[in-house]
Amino acid sequence: MAFTNYILVCGGTGCESSKSDQIFKNLIAECEAQGLKDTVQVVKTGCFGFCEQGPIVKILPEDSFYVRVSPEDAKELISEHIVKGREVKRLLYNRDESKKRARVEDIEFYQKQFRIVLRNCGVINPENIDEYIARDGYKALERALFDMKPEDIINELKAAGLRGRGGAGFPTWMKWNFTKQAAGDVKYIVCNADEGDPGAYMDRSTLEGDPHSIIEAMTIAGIAVGANQGYIYIRAEYPLAIKRLQIAMEQSRGYGLLGKDILGSGFDFDIEIRLGAGAFVCGEETALLASIEGERGMPKPRPPFPATKGLWGCPTVINNVETWANVPVIISRGGDWFAKIGTEDSKGTKVFALTGKIRNSGLVEVPMGTTLREIVYDIGGGIPGNKAFKAVQTGGPSGGVITADYLDTPIDYSQLQKLGSIMGSGGMIVMDEDDCIVDVAKFYLGFTVEESCGKCAPCRVGGRTLYNILDRITKGEGEMEDIEKLKTIGKAMQKASLCGLGQTSPNPVMSTLHYFGDEYKAHIKDKRCPAGKCKPLISYHILADKCIGCGVCARKCPVHAINGERRQLHEIDHDICIKCGECYKACKFDAVYVR
Amino acid sequence: MAKMTLEELRKLRDSKKKELNKRDVADKNIQIIVGMGTCGIAAGAKETLDAFLQELDEKKLTEKVMVTQTGCMGLCYVEPTVEVIMPDMPDVIYGKVDAEVARKIVRKHIQGKALVNDHIYDRPAADIVE
Repeated sequence: MAFTNYILVCGGTGCESSKSDQIFKNLIAECEAQGLKDTVQVVKTGCFGFCEQGPIVKILPEDSFYVRVSPEDAKELISEHIVKGREVKRLLYNRDESKKRARVEDIEFYQKQFRIVLRNCGVINPENIDEYIARDGYKALERALFDMKPEDIINELKAAGLRGRGGAGFPTWMKWNFTKQAAGDVKYIVCNADEGDPGAYMDRSTLEGDPHSIIEAMTIAGIAVGANQGYIYIRAEYPLAIKRLQIAMEQSRGYGLLGKDILGSGFDFDIEIRLGAGAFVCGEETALLASIEGERGMPKPRPPFPATKGLWGCPTVINNVETWANVPVIISRGGDWFAKIGTEDSKGTKVFALTGKIRNSGLVEVPMGTTLREIVYDIGGGIPGNKAFKAVQTGGPSGGVITADYLDTPIDYSQLQKLGSIMGSGGMIVMDEDDCIVDVAKFYLGFTVEESCGKCAPCRVGGRTLYNILDRITKGEGEMEDIEKLKTIGKAMQKASLCGLGQTSPNPVMSTLHYFGDEYKAHIKDKRCPAGKCKPLISYHILADKCIGCGVCARKCPVHAINGERRQLHEIDHDICIKCGECYKACKFDAVYVR
Repeated sequence: MAKMTLEELRKLRDSKKKELNKRDVADKNIQIIVGMGTCGIAAGAKETLDAFLQELDEKKLTEKVMVTQTGCMGLCYVEPTVEVIMPDMPDVIYGKVDAEVARKIVRKHIQGKALVNDHIYDRPAADIVE
C-alpha cells in the first residue's frame, strides 16, 4: 500500500517544548480514527530551522507549511486537509488571502538559505537509518573505505577548503594531516558537542535532526588518520540529542556501518558518548579532552596540540559538530564542488542561530559571504515593532558587536575579525534601540566570569574586575578613568590568559567600547542611560502637554508614586518611584517618558 | 537488522530512495486528483484511490505521478470524479470512475496519452471528445 500524504512534524527541542510530541501523537491517533493509517504517513523529523513559528507541521505532496500548530489542531488538519483536500488557512504560514499560498521555497526565511549542514534536518526521521541512507547517507563512507586512500580523503578536504566551524576557523585538513603523520598506533577521533554560547543551538539541532551524518564523518576521519575509536563529548543538558545519537549508533552498528569490520572492509571503528556536566570551558579542546579522561575540565597550555598529543597523550582529531556535518558531503560530492560555495578565504556555508530582537528567529544556513543585512532583514524579517537596529553580537561571549554601519559586510572569518568580532560558533544576537550596550557587555562578562574555571589569574581576577567596573558604570558610579582601566585589563587578559575563554572574554567590552564609546561616556559623565535600560540612571516623567489626567498610570503604579487630580496633570514622586515602568506601558497618550 | 555488505547497502539505498522520493513532489508533473467529498466517498472513491495507487505502483509510475485528494468537484451525479492534469494533454475531469476505470485511465490516458472518452464529464472542449 502506498501512501498518498506525508505529514512531517518537527521533533526538535524547540518544537517539542511547545508540544510537538503531542501533535505527532494526535495526528497518528486521528489518522487511525479516520481509517487513514495506510494512506498517510506521519514522520517526526529534525528541526526545520524556522523556530520562531514552531511547532511546524509540513504536509506533502502539497508542500503546505503549517505553523504554530497546537495538539488540538490535529483533528482539523486530518479531516480538512487530508480527507477533504482543503488547506487549513488559519494555520498556513502565509495567511494573506489575496496571495497564492507560498510554497516552502517561496518563504523569505528560506530563500537565501543554502543547506549543507542542515540538509537532512526537517526532511528525514532522524530515528530511522533507512531514511538517512536514502538521502545518500553512508555513500561518503563507501568511497572512503573502498575507493580512496587516506591521503585522498585529506586532499579532498584540502580542496574543499573547509575550516573549523567551532569558531577559530583552523583548516580542517591540516588538523587531520597532523594526526595522520603523528607517531603512534593508537589515535582518537573526538566530536566536540559541548555547545555553550548563549543563544547558540546549531549543534544541538544538527545532532537531533541528523545524527548519522556525525557518525559517518567521524568514521571517515578514523579511516583518514588511522584511528579506531571515537568519542562524542556532549553536554547532559541535551537529552534529545543524546537519545537520537544513541539510537543512530545502535542502528548503524546493526547494519555493520559502525563497529568491527565495517562493510566487510576489515576496518574497525566505534564511538562512545561522553556526557559533560555543562561547563562552558569544557568546549575548549584541551579542557574537553581532560574531561573525557575523567579529570577536572581545565585547559592546558598548547603546544603540544591535541592533533599530536591529545586524549591520553595520543594523537587526536577534534572537530565540532558543524565541521563534522560538512565532511560526508565533501567526500561524496567532492572538494571542488564545496569550494565553489562561499568566499575566497571561507568556503562553504555557516549556520547561524539568529535570536534577539528579530522577527524570524531560528536557525539559518547561508553561504559564507552573505551580508549581515541579508541575514537580518531578508531572512530574519527585520526588527519587530519598527524599532531601530542597533547592533548584532556575533560569536557569543567571545565575540563582539557589529553596528549598522557594517550591515553590508559580507560575513566570513576574516571580515568579522577586521570588525573586531569573530565567527565563533555562529550565535547572532540582534539588538535594537532599547538595548543598553553597557548592559549587554555586562551580561556577557557575567556569563564568562561564572564559567571561568579559575585556573589562571588573568581570567579569574581580570574578569571579575572588569565585571565590577561595568556594574559600577551601569549604576551611575563610573569615573572617566574606568574606560582606560577596562582597556588595560582587557588587553592583559587577551595576552595572558591560558585558554580561549579568558583570552576572549574581554571581547564584548573592547568591541562595544570601540563602537559605542559615547554610550559609555553618557553613563559615566552625564549619568544617563541612552537606551533607558539601566535603572539607577533613569527616571520617569510626565509631559505636561500630553497628560490628560486620566489617572490610568496612577492606578497601575504598584507603589502609589503618582498623584494628581482627575483631568489635571499628574506627577511622579521620585522618592517613592521604583522605576518599574508600569506607568510608561499603561499610558495611552505617550505622556510618560524615560530620561 | 543484519550486518551488511557494500552491495546490500547500495541496494537498500536505491529502494529507500524511491520510497523517500515519493514524498517529494519536485519531479512529478502528472497529477491525479480524486474527489473525496462525502458524495465521492459514498460512491466508492476510496476504492478508486486504492486502484490508482496500485496500478501506478505496478506500472512503476509513482515517481512521476502525484495522487492527491480534494473535496467535492460539484459533479455529484457522476461520482467518483477524478481530475487528471498532465503535460501535452488537456485537463480532464472523469466521472463514474470505479476501480476498473481508474486502471484504464492509468493505462490509456497517462501511459497511452489518449482520452478515455466515455467517462469525460468536464473540462476539455467538446470538439476534442470523439
